[in-house]
Amino acid sequence: MPKHLIDPNQWVKLYSDYLFNYTISRVNDREIAKDLVQDTFFAGLKSMKNFKGEASERTWLISILKRKIIDWYRKINSNKGKAEVRMSYSSDKNEGDWLEERIADPFDKTAEDQIVNSELGDAIYDCLGKLPEKQALVFKMKTIEGVDTDTICNELNITASNLWVIIHRARIAMADCMEKNWF
Amino acid sequence: MKKNKLFISCEEAQVICDKTQYGEATIIEKIKLSMRLSWCHITRSYSKKNGTLTKVVKNSNIEYLRAHELKTISEKFTQQLTNNSQ
Repeated sequence: MPKHLIDPNQWVKLYSDYLFNYTISRVNDREIAKDLVQDTFFAGLKSMKNFKGEASERTWLISILKRKIIDWYRKINSNKGKAEVRMSYSSDKNEGDWLEERIADPFDKTAEDQIVNSELGDAIYDCLGKLPEKQALVFKMKTIEGVDTDTICNELNITASNLWVIIHRARIAMADCMEKNWF
Repeated sequence: MKKNKLFISCEEAQVICDKTQYGEATIIEKIKLSMRLSWCHITRSYSKKNGTLTKVVKNSNIEYLRAHELKTISEKFTQQLTNNSQ
């Protein structure tokens, strides 16, 4: 019997943010990230029969998404290649002679930071996924999206003191989970 | 005997500590919290953890889908689901 079951009705609600955060940290474009997430859901739906239940639904969707991201990079690179003037070292001896190679690359650190940030984002969504639905929703709205208290209370039809109790429980669980996974 | 209004329970202190993370604690609440923090190590430890959580989430630059974006994805996917089941 498979360890994990598949239920596409829940995909958008459960995995959209995780997949989106995963994608945007790799493609750096909001619109493209949205399209790739959408395509992943469609592709998942098409190949549902291939889901063996050995990995979780999310891991399975991420594996589809990774292929989508690679395909996207291949596509833009092949488009670029057509207009590109290719330059290379005339011989191996000249390697390291280009001015750009003699100074520290300022983007290097940024790239590393981006990786850490993307992994941190994954860890946060991982922990968020373990919370009860309402706690996760309230925590996300308040802490990540920065929605004000009144708006959340009106939208979810809860009192302010109720909101703070939910936030309190969510923060305890999030801190414990992040302590195990990240700190 | 009348209860000292500045004395709060650990649980109350933790909720105030949460409000502080979002800049929503009143001055009175902050005073109550400071008093509790001065002698309660449980509140102090919670406060430290809470601050770290806030910092981590803030530094992560985590991305999320806005409500209207999520709605669009959801509608398109529901449409696809319906087409598939027909």
